[in-house]
Amino acid sequence: MFGAPRRRLGERAIAVALAAAAAASVLVTIGIIVSLAGETLAFFADRAVKVGQFLTGPEWSPLFSDPQFGIRPLVQGTLIITLIAMVVAVPLGIGTAAYLSEYASPRVRKTVKPTLELLAGVPTVVFGYFALTFFTPKILNDILGLDVAVFNGLAGGIIVGVMIIPTVASVAEDAMAAVPQGLREGAYGMGASRRQVAVRVVIPAALSGIVAAVVLGASRAVGETMIVLIAAGQIPTTSLNPLKPMETMTAFIGATGKGDVPTGSTGYKAIFAVGFTLFVITLVINLISIRFVRKYRQVYE
Amino acid sequence: MTTTSVDERPVPAEEVIGRPSAGGHLKDRAFKAGLIGLTSVGLIVLAVLLVTTFLDGAPSLSLEFLTSFPSAFPEKAGIESAITGTLWLMVIVGAVIIPLGVATALYLEEYADVNRWWNRVIEVNIQNLAAVPSIVYGILGLAYFVRGPLSLGRTVLAGGLTLSLVVLPVVIITTREAIRAVPPSIKEGALALGATRWQAIWRQILPASVPGIATGVILSVSRAIGETAPLILVGAATFVAFNPTGLDSPFTALPLQIFSWTSQPDEDFKALAAAAIIVLLVILAVLNGLAIWLRNRYQRKW
Repeated sequence: MFGAPRRRLGERAIAVALAAAAAASVLVTIGIIVSLAGETLAFFADRAVKVGQFLTGPEWSPLFSDPQFGIRPLVQGTLIITLIAMVVAVPLGIGTAAYLSEYASPRVRKTVKPTLELLAGVPTVVFGYFALTFFTPKILNDILGLDVAVFNGLAGGIIVGVMIIPTVASVAEDAMAAVPQGLREGAYGMGASRRQVAVRVVIPAALSGIVAAVVLGASRAVGETMIVLIAAGQIPTTSLNPLKPMETMTAFIGATGKGDVPTGSTGYKAIFAVGFTLFVITLVINLISIRFVRKYRQVYE
Repeated sequence: MTTTSVDERPVPAEEVIGRPSAGGHLKDRAFKAGLIGLTSVGLIVLAVLLVTTFLDGAPSLSLEFLTSFPSAFPEKAGIESAITGTLWLMVIVGAVIIPLGVATALYLEEYADVNRWWNRVIEVNIQNLAAVPSIVYGILGLAYFVRGPLSLGRTVLAGGLTLSLVVLPVVIITTREAIRAVPPSIKEGALALGATRWQAIWRQILPASVPGIATGVILSVSRAIGETAPLILVGAATFVAFNPTGLDSPFTALPLQIFSWTSQPDEDFKALAAAAIIVLLVILAVLNGLAIWLRNRYQRKW
């Protein structure tokens, strides 16, 4: 009746062009891996650097005349600041999600959600400014009476935590909203109160989504640069004291990249080695979170 | 929203099975109050941040501040080159992410067969790219755009390309949502009338999803111009006493200028940083307002 569809060369060309654009995004990932891995290999080819020393060595001073290449202080700084951030963001983010999903009226939700998104839209350099000029001196020092250094891990960690509240809250709320209404009604029918429904039904049922939210938040915290670069300082240390300055992987990259590092210099290669470590850590975290999100979508959708 | 129907339950369970104990009631109230408390912390910090920054920066804001170049003397320093640099970045980012983002989104929504492994790789890849730390993109820009293959140097083009990659996943994700919001019946109608696949996309799906796409693009551009970390690695110049003259021109941008002034020990420079933050936040607020207006004004409900 219709005859064979006319073959259109244009249609085919467009499909190929669109596929090429989509493939370009994969190229970006490949570009990241190749550039990071290439310079990282060059970094380890340097006689001064040994892989074992890099992974476990307690001292990081690649730009000194007697350079030390142990990445542990940077990894440890990153972990401590991420931990502080999570202590802040997990209760605040999940609490916010539970309130918005289980308690807030549609009108309250309509105002609170966009306002929280504003928090996510504040550039991180602004949070850094806030941490350095207000949070450390006014809140930590004056109000809480802590003996903090001008640059310290605590302020950096707490403000990073505030920054990721919207991330944690929004993913966790999506997961809670995806819990079928029937589960809640069943619990109400058994005489449960709203709190019991939230704590014993909704949160357990949404657990994989909540875990995804937390993991995604942790990934943001690990990769955050400006807040820690400005407020936490640039002194790599193995000390666990958050009241003192500490340096994260991202802060090292930022601080070293700020100067015009010559291609092929030790500093240049160190940026890539640390960047590669950072990329691998966040990649693992991201894949875990993608997996958890997929799990909760499969269960209820 | 499935959750709202909780409020419409005909009979609360408590009335059927008797009131819970007074202790239980108290716990319920305390729990609700606790959740409200947790929710308000983020909002309070946002308010304090905005107010303190405004108080720090407002005295330094003046027409002169907006139209002067950076200077070693705080009273003479301004942000004209930072503003023009940021505008250049906006144009470059827009020019890169609109074609690339829309094409990728169209491919994934209209052409890709999800049963093929390579399409699933593209999907997971975009999800992962969205969560790669922005400073890693800075390293990529340094290796490929500033040095290496493209060797553009520390130019506004290298900065713009790097920021484009940072926000590309966001554009792709929002554009896909905009395309998905167009009902399949629109496309099916076009196909039934004899349109080719591309004719249906170009004449029906794209026009219908333009408001959603534009919203996503504006939000992505606003995210891009707030980024600092990638520009530190790519741009570095924070003392630029001239406006960019072309794609190959050295540049600075508002976030970089804010970072540079925040790092100065001198309090006068910190006040300048706060003033520049106000300008940056105003630009972001205008962009976000525009996006919300577009969404409300033009988005069709099917």
